[in-house]
Amino acid sequence: MTRSFRAVVIGVSTGGVNALQKLLGQLPADFRLPILIVQHIGPEAGSGLAKLLDERCALRVKEADEQDEILSGTVYLAPPNYHLLVERGGFLSLSADPHVSFARPSVDVLFESAAEVFGPELVGIVLTGANFDGSRGLRIIKQKGGVAIVQDPEDAEARQMPQSAMAATDVDYVVALDSMAALLRKLAPERAVMPHKGRGRDD
Amino acid sequence: MKHGEVEDVEIRLLLEGVQRIYGYDFRDYADASIKRRLTHWLAESEFDTFSQAQSLLLRDRSVFESLLRGITVNVTEMFRDPAFFRAVREQVVPFLKTYPFVKIWHAGCATGEEAYSMAILLNEEGMAGRYRMYATDINETVLQKAGEGVIPITEMQRFTRNYQKAGGTASFADYYTARYDRAMLSTALKKDIVFAPHNLAVDGEFGEMNMVLCRNVMIYFKPDLKERCLSLFDSSLLPGGFLCLGLKETLEKKKIGERYEELAPTLRIYRKRYD
Ligand SMILES: C[S@@+](CC[C@H](N)C(=O)[O-])C[C@H]1O[C@@H](n2cnc3c(N)ncnc32)[C@H](O)[C@@H]1O
Repeated sequence: MTRSFRAVVIGVSTGGVNALQKLLGQLPADFRLPILIVQHIGPEAGSGLAKLLDERCALRVKEADEQDEILSGTVYLAPPNYHLLVERGGFLSLSADPHVSFARPSVDVLFESAAEVFGPELVGIVLTGANFDGSRGLRIIKQKGGVAIVQDPEDAEARQMPQSAMAATDVDYVVALDSMAALLRKLAPERAVMPHKGRGRDD
Repeated sequence: MKHGEVEDVEIRLLLEGVQRIYGYDFRDYADASIKRRLTHWLAESEFDTFSQAQSLLLRDRSVFESLLRGITVNVTEMFRDPAFFRAVREQVVPFLKTYPFVKIWHAGCATGEEAYSMAILLNEEGMAGRYRMYATDINETVLQKAGEGVIPITEMQRFTRNYQKAGGTASFADYYTARYDRAMLSTALKKDIVFAPHNLAVDGEFGEMNMVLCRNVMIYFKPDLKERCLSLFDSSLLPGGFLCLGLKETLEKKKIGERYEELAPTLRIYRKRYD
């Protein structure tokens, strides 16, 4: 039996704008898994990155707002200066808690909260970056039975973040950015029917 | 049953107990962040599980207070989001100046930086002596700090930058005295601010306000509790009064939304209509 997934979470830092354009640019409009992203970004960055990616990708890309429902075919970016978290019932929340792993938004915060809610039905991806954020989160995704993908450090603009993630947990796939979209499409085929369980619940 | 589910049940029971015994109601806080903080508190505590903690927690107030400090996160800044304070200066203050005296409520003021920033701004705009601020929070430890008006000196560089970006017209250094590693805010800023405990989940309104600021507090609440707070603010505000939310909070799809117009959309400054 093939596994089914409910979401993809991505953590990325240095070199992220290019990496995200490349990865998201290769996904078709009917890629069915919602994608939640933490890109490290300065506190006053504005929402330019979401607009840029939205223009260049087939998928809809937006900056996450509080209480956004997590919808398939949509990419949510953590806003500058807030952590992005996943709530039970398929909603997003934001927090102004202190920095975690020296970052806000922090990849670890997103990954840990997503792992709590999606358990084994989650794909976690760590891309290029010059720090260690995301390692702990990816380990927790694995502990809860999810799938871990890391960008090949040789392929990454900054290799620390992928390398540190590989040291922290037993990663399922180490791939170059160019083959990552194909891997995601293999994990989550577009044609499969999405069971609407646990989503859009009225609570 | 999976480990995670047991923990969720334990947390529910614990919050229920806290509400019954101490009257603090955290049951309607968004699950993900409260769970994060509770787990953090547990890891630092002497207990292995929430069930284990519960027995002492419900009997020993000091244990509860440490939990309270762990649950409420109080990070704040002087002139947080400088563009917001600039808009207040340019777009809100001209209206406030038309009143002989104004009342302002800072709900969830943490250690008071937002209220002090507002006091600086109003004084610079010539409103000294013509306002009173009520700055409230659920956490009495932070309120005590707020009243002292002491800030670690290491923060002052960042806050000075914020102040300048927010359109400050004087020198930020005029507002504090440096003492060792601390900056003490001047008494001229303190004298018209009243710091008081107030719990948005259970307490009532503050009457006849010209302006209410509640920034980065309701993002931690579930929808029902948000609506409760908003209706509290709505009944506290005079017609023509201003409601200011955090940069990622809106009145869109909220019950009180239709009675407000957006003055500065991306900065979340709303004005209550007269009709
Ligand atoms: C992140 S701080 C925001 C401080 C400031 N308003 C700002 O934007 O910089 C959130 C504050 O809300 C307070 N808070 C949390 N729950 C509350 C409640 N039910 N009633 C009143 N204050 C509450 C916390 O104690 C904390 O000080």
